[in-house]
Amino acid sequence: MIERAIQILLLVVLFGGWQAGVHFGVIDRFFFPAPLDILAQVWHWIVDPDFYRHVGITVTETVVGYLIGTATGIACGVWLGLSPRVARVLDPFIKVFNSIPRVILAPIFVLWFGLGIGSKVALAATLVFFITFFNAIQGVREVNPAVLANARILGADSTALLRHVYLPAAATWILSSLRTSVGFAVVGAIIGEYLGAAAGLGYLIAQAEGHFNSIAVFAGIAILAVFVLIVDRLLDLLESSLITWRPNSVARTT
Amino acid sequence: MLIPARSLDVPSAAPEVIAPVPMVALENVTMAFGNFVAVENVSLSIADGEFAAIVGPTGCGKSTILNAVAGLLPATSGSVRIKDELVTGVQQNIGYLFQQDSLLPWKTAQENVELGLLFRGVALEERRRLAAEWLAKVGLKDFGHRYPHQLSGGQRKRVQMAQALITDPQVILMDEPFSALDVHTRHLMQNELLRLWQERRRAVLLITHDLEEAIALSGRVIVLAAGPRSRVVDTFAVPLERPRDAAEIKLDPRFTELYRKIWASLRGEVEKSYSRND
Repeated sequence: MIERAIQILLLVVLFGGWQAGVHFGVIDRFFFPAPLDILAQVWHWIVDPDFYRHVGITVTETVVGYLIGTATGIACGVWLGLSPRVARVLDPFIKVFNSIPRVILAPIFVLWFGLGIGSKVALAATLVFFITFFNAIQGVREVNPAVLANARILGADSTALLRHVYLPAAATWILSSLRTSVGFAVVGAIIGEYLGAAAGLGYLIAQAEGHFNSIAVFAGIAILAVFVLIVDRLLDLLESSLITWRPNSVARTT
Repeated sequence: MLIPARSLDVPSAAPEVIAPVPMVALENVTMAFGNFVAVENVSLSIADGEFAAIVGPTGCGKSTILNAVAGLLPATSGSVRIKDELVTGVQQNIGYLFQQDSLLPWKTAQENVELGLLFRGVALEERRRLAAEWLAKVGLKDFGHRYPHQLSGGQRKRVQMAQALITDPQVILMDEPFSALDVHTRHLMQNELLRLWQERRRAVLLITHDLEEAIALSGRVIVLAAGPRSRVVDTFAVPLERPRDAAEIKLDPRFTELYRKIWASLRGEVEKSYSRND
């Protein structure tokens, strides 16, 4: 209760001080526009139907990129986790690919896939892929040998082992990294839009920046923050409904 | 793998006479890992319906022998036969009770118990019925929907037992199954096991470092030498009548006498094992 009060107090002091600072000319409104102006801009967007087109595009890019990245990540991770030999052969290549800062790939993806949602999906999927991939490998490798031996003695063939032992083990790791990887999917989509697009939240921010409209830039940031918070909340619900069998689901980050 | 086409739920009469062909036969089995020879030239056989126990100091390769019988590890030399058939791969007509938690953590107790039937293609309804029956048998009637982490150590062991026995295996292998439990739970579980075995006598090979457990449960105690290059040192018959109570039988003077005799043989090996490890 007291903590909540302190939180509200902090909020009021921070934004009140900011607003007052701008009002009395202590803070330059060109670089730090007044919170109320930012709010007005946010409101202006929220009541504008066209704004939801942008949100829809960003959500689509995030979701499609996430799904592609996760699916390929699980497939490759489980495969390499089960074939140590292939994993050893491919290891240096994976290390090199993983060491490339993925954001650098954005301009190339724009060249390859154009200014539409394709290049954003590719960037989001690439970012998500490596997280899921490493988690899936880890999940498969860390299957308890006793559990594995037990399943084999109980009569599991390789298909059954994959379905009842390896995939659930990998899924645990993947689900625990769900939050991190969705965060990366959002980053991928936004950066892709920021670098070259005709629509989306990242595009809105880039446009505003092009016009030195710092109010809209801050408004865009605020919207993104809320967007990620909503996604985070949804994941919370998803995770607790999916992993019912775990004692305490601790989110694992890579 | 041949799965005998017999019904899973009709109990057969407990065999009183021990069959001439052993159920499990190890002949000059050597298990080596690189240069390390865990067990060397071990020969032993277990008859159908016999409850045999292997005792030995820690690290003497007891578990290795079980894994060879289960087909989880190939024997470096020598042969392992179950019912006169050479063991070449993972055996599926056996039940294996692991020391560690070997339940699938993402499946409920009920689903875990069903697993062996699921892998054998038994229909859902039949699976449900048998699993419920076995859960009731091990005293977990109302715990079927719980996940392993929601069960106590003893309850998890019970689920493991039901899981291993539901397919009615011909041979039951146990690798220090109760060593992680506290002493009271252990006694309960030992009695539970004896009761299930009494109902349906199968060949059992129990590995333990607890001599009391070996004598209380088995009909024959096999003493293994300290590793490496472990071998069979001695074999003792346990002529105590059944059914037994795992806790109370320890008060029997014949039990104490047997304990003294077997301990005299085991003691030297335990001391050797200590002096090597320290």
